[in-house]
Amino acid sequence: MAVIRDVMPAFDLLQPASAADAQKLLQQYGEDAWIMAGGLDSFDWLKDRIKKPKVLVDLSGISEMSGVRETGNGVEIGAMTTLTEIAHHPVIKSQYGVLSQAVEVVASPQIRNQGTLGGNVSQDTRCWYYRDGWPCYRAGGNICYADTPVGRNREHAIFGANRCVAVHPSDSVPALIALDAKFVIQTPKGEKVVDAEDYFVGPDIDITRLNIIQPGELLTTIRIPNTWAGAKFYFEKVRDRNVWDFPLMNVASAMKVSGGNIDSMRIAVNAVAPRPMRLKAVEDAVRGKPANADTGEMAGKLAIQGAVPLQFNAYKIPLMRNLVKRAIGGVQEAQWA
Amino acid sequence: MGLIQWATSPWGNSVPIHIAWYLIWVCAIAGLLFMIVHALYVGIFAKPKKFAVNDTPAAVAAIPERVPRHSFVARAFHWVMAISMLALLVTAFLPKMGVKFDWVTYHWIAGLVLSASVIFHIVHASFWLDFWSIWPDSIDLRDARRRMMRAFGKDAPPPDRFAKYPLENKFYHFVILCSGLAVIATGLFMMKRVNTFGILSRNPYVFGDLTWGMMYVLHGLAGVGLIALIMVHVYFGIRPEKLPITKSMIFGYMDREFYLEEHDPQRWAVEQAKKGPGYAPSDAD
Repeated sequence: MAVIRDVMPAFDLLQPASAADAQKLLQQYGEDAWIMAGGLDSFDWLKDRIKKPKVLVDLSGISEMSGVRETGNGVEIGAMTTLTEIAHHPVIKSQYGVLSQAVEVVASPQIRNQGTLGGNVSQDTRCWYYRDGWPCYRAGGNICYADTPVGRNREHAIFGANRCVAVHPSDSVPALIALDAKFVIQTPKGEKVVDAEDYFVGPDIDITRLNIIQPGELLTTIRIPNTWAGAKFYFEKVRDRNVWDFPLMNVASAMKVSGGNIDSMRIAVNAVAPRPMRLKAVEDAVRGKPANADTGEMAGKLAIQGAVPLQFNAYKIPLMRNLVKRAIGGVQEAQWA
Repeated sequence: MGLIQWATSPWGNSVPIHIAWYLIWVCAIAGLLFMIVHALYVGIFAKPKKFAVNDTPAAVAAIPERVPRHSFVARAFHWVMAISMLALLVTAFLPKMGVKFDWVTYHWIAGLVLSASVIFHIVHASFWLDFWSIWPDSIDLRDARRRMMRAFGKDAPPPDRFAKYPLENKFYHFVILCSGLAVIATGLFMMKRVNTFGILSRNPYVFGDLTWGMMYVLHGLAGVGLIALIMVHVYFGIRPEKLPITKSMIFGYMDREFYLEEHDPQRWAVEQAKKGPGYAPSDAD
């Protein structure tokens, strides 16, 4: 059982001043290196003495990785930009409001002041068996303690479980997927750009990681195209404590509506699966249909097709159905089932 | 750098969780080295085979042009087992070597196919085939000693030709049997830990951490051992002097010349009286 200690294990602290230097250091130290952005996830691991890297690459001194920049076709957000800055940025608020709403409800104000967008999307899962240092699949072992007849799995996955049933805990990711964001990764071979949903990986492919970042690689920037700027957005997060908590589930959508009908839509949910889920079937099904409660009802039912609850999380199925319904039909029209 | 990876269980006990994955490379390199050393030995140092031959003209004349060796059922088993074994190795070890894909479902399905085929083979070989033909007998051991002495230049009578299977085949079969049964037995238990579409309910608590750990270690050791064994098997299967044996596993028979050259009709007999001219016993007998 992990116990919070006073002193972290010894490591070499490296503080590069540029993204290129950081990437070179990560390449040099490979799996011995630990990337630290805001430190909110990192210090948990380090103080619990569960992760014991040889070197810690602190990105806080890299100014080029911080800030929101407008480009000709959208905005670029440095991976080290704080969640508070994003939440209050005028362009984000006015044009990409779903992201502003999403980061506004991440944890607490103090955490948002320190936490970064890159850190929020790259954070590790919150499964307590894993976080406590138990030798589960995700930690390299051969068991999932949550998915047993007596495992406590109220917060765990209803989709995409494959031995590990932990979920991705980020609030910002569904919004970024809804906005069709691109993640820019510096690799030893150069720059790699991936769609937001493709940044994440499930346990079926790699059970020890939540994202595709390999040793030697660094997420530097998140680009949001203006394709969905000013669209009709919806974001909702359900959590146990509204003061600050990780999501039991969240939903984000961007919708283009004309004449009351949905021209096109992107919608994603998180905390339902080991990786954030873009609901492509829902997007296809609602195209051309009126943006109302009936369409929402249909979409909600479609969204939960294939859900497999664990012992204690069956509530997530109606929760997801209703969140999707509200994302399309609006809260005022929702009919609680 | 141990052979086994250990972890601390929730109860504070040190338990094995699986083998150290570098053993994949150890076994692959061992298999490769064996092939290189064997090829060099056969190409440079090995003396020509010489067997004691005392066939009567009548016995030789009775051997058919095509000597049946493996029945269709036996060949089908072999290839089903081979495909499932390759699928198991690919799905087990490629992800560990960095090629990431959704391997678990394919792995346990291939494992079920292997298990079913091996169970079938055990029953088939026990009741329908010559069960003892794959186990070493006293002549095999005597001839192995003779061949060894002659290889080192010492005086020894020439060995008899082989029975249906050379001694090396018999040893290989035994090692494959042990490793195969180890992965099958442990693998079937391990299905209690994965989603099997309702075939089995998941319950990882049917065994304790230590028992599970030992099971994973045994599964892993036998699995990486199979890498080397399969490499060596394929190597022998494509060696020119072994091609008649490989062809017999495809077409079911071997040529009369090869049969008379390598196999002793008195040890692997053509049963003329029972089946008539042109017949030699196969796996079907």
